[in-house]
Amino acid sequence: MTTAERPLVTTSTLGLGRSDSAATLVRAAGAQAPAAPASAEATSTLSMHSMHVERLAAGFGRFTAVDDITHTIPARTITAIIGPSGSGKSTFLRCLNRMHEEVTGAWAKGSVRLGSEDIYAARIDPVQVRRRVGMVFQKPNPFPTMSIYDNVAAGLRLNQWGRVPTLDEKVERALQQAALWDEVKDKLFQPGAALSGGQQQRLCIARALAVEPEILLMDEPASALDPIATLRIEELMRNLVRNYTIVIVTHNMQQAARVSDRTAFLMMDDDRAGRLVEQGPTDEIFTRPRDKRTEDYITGRFG
Amino acid sequence: MVHALRRKLASRIMVTLTALSAAIAVSALLAVLAFVAIRGAGALNVDLLTQLPTPVGVPGGGVANALVGSLIVIGVAALLAIPVGLGAGIYLSEFGGNRFDDLVRYLADVLSGVPSIVIGIFVYNLIVSRQGHFSALSGGVALSIMMLPSIIRTTDEMLRMVPDTQREAALALGITRWRTIVSVVLPGARAGVTTGILLAVARVAGETAPLLFTAFGNPYWSARIDAPIATLPHTLFTYAISPYSDWQSKAWGTALILTAMMLITSILARRSRRFA
Repeated sequence: MTTAERPLVTTSTLGLGRSDSAATLVRAAGAQAPAAPASAEATSTLSMHSMHVERLAAGFGRFTAVDDITHTIPARTITAIIGPSGSGKSTFLRCLNRMHEEVTGAWAKGSVRLGSEDIYAARIDPVQVRRRVGMVFQKPNPFPTMSIYDNVAAGLRLNQWGRVPTLDEKVERALQQAALWDEVKDKLFQPGAALSGGQQQRLCIARALAVEPEILLMDEPASALDPIATLRIEELMRNLVRNYTIVIVTHNMQQAARVSDRTAFLMMDDDRAGRLVEQGPTDEIFTRPRDKRTEDYITGRFG
Repeated sequence: MVHALRRKLASRIMVTLTALSAAIAVSALLAVLAFVAIRGAGALNVDLLTQLPTPVGVPGGGVANALVGSLIVIGVAALLAIPVGLGAGIYLSEFGGNRFDDLVRYLADVLSGVPSIVIGIFVYNLIVSRQGHFSALSGGVALSIMMLPSIIRTTDEMLRMVPDTQREAALALGITRWRTIVSVVLPGARAGVTTGILLAVARVAGETAPLLFTAFGNPYWSARIDAPIATLPHTLFTYAISPYSDWQSKAWGTALILTAMMLITSILARRSRRFA
């Protein structure tokens, strides 16, 4: 599918302005998109927007978990967020789709722009943000009451009333993109919870992709998986990054080095608030870190 | 060695004592059931289930109006208590986290301890004395008040057992809060919530005291909710305290019907939990 053929959806469809580029091409769940051939290659999704985090601070009650983070996440790259436990990696990630504020007492300050739009602006509905910025969690969490098919369809079905047009195609495409289709195509109506851990995590990735987000946040997506399943997730990420912008939190240095284009290193200061120590292209961070603390961390001297 | 023997002996005695307690508890239940079954079986016949009560001394007759009446009153109670109970349970589990919900939980516990006759008198003052007549509706209201605490608490507890990761998964897909509750959280707790509702129904099905001042009883057919209505527990009570032996026998038959209804509801409740 060429760029010109992609369905143009006006900004009002999503309730979010996308005025930064006249050529902004987006798709919306439920839009009358022509049925695209279902394959991992032919996707109608293309992330055009980079994310700009400016002076972000977030925490819970009186505790500041991350402070003063300014960071740009370029479109269609994988950014790894690394850092010791408690450095606020997950909090930072969860600020990028406003999931952070779902915890009681949570607060966030600063701005996170997706394209030109501040997702923390007062008129923005966090629900709409999450349709553009999807998330995959540490532990695979498919909906236990739903079949594989229903799991993938959940984001589309529960975001609107009535029938979702071309739902079958969308579900198949999401499963293809998540490299799970061949394994589940004959048992789409079996419970998602019956799959192996690695398959469940790819099901969760498919579920997130079905909503057709621009950005995919992954919070240690492989930490509960065995090495082979981990490798599959990493391969999958390399494939997905052609169309999506991915931010991954990981404890695993090798994983960050293998999979990411850029790396950001977070560390807590004496006040226990996580701050951005250093960020840049992954090979630079891992071979020529500028900051002593980065070097100490990636060489395993602490953390 | 001696100490080891003593410990073993003490342990053996404790196990025996607790097992004995369990046996006593179970045999009390079995004795009640057996007693009701034996005495009730003699009075149980088609007429009892299908006929209206007859005057004293007139042979035949049954408690069919009370059977239907009980179903109507319980139906009204369920219709009132289930939505409110579910709603309150959802509020406590999903939107709580403040002082108010501790208060609600505490008051629900207190309410479940209020004697049922007090609830009867309360509803009498609230509805019956104002309307000037007894009614099925007032009986349903009284029973619904008795059902509320257990529906609220089981809904609250069952929803809490749904892991937060499920809510997060749904919210992260851009699903709204309430749609998450309706389509993800509630289905995840469906079995437990259904069980709680059925047990609440079973519990109030046999209540007599709150119906004395509300549904009142009625020797005729009635399906109107604004008129007095016969119910099984109340008919059982009236017949049992009567001096007439044929009424007393019918009381046993009614007791058997009522017990069977509650037993069936409890079994349904158990099954709904098992086949989630």
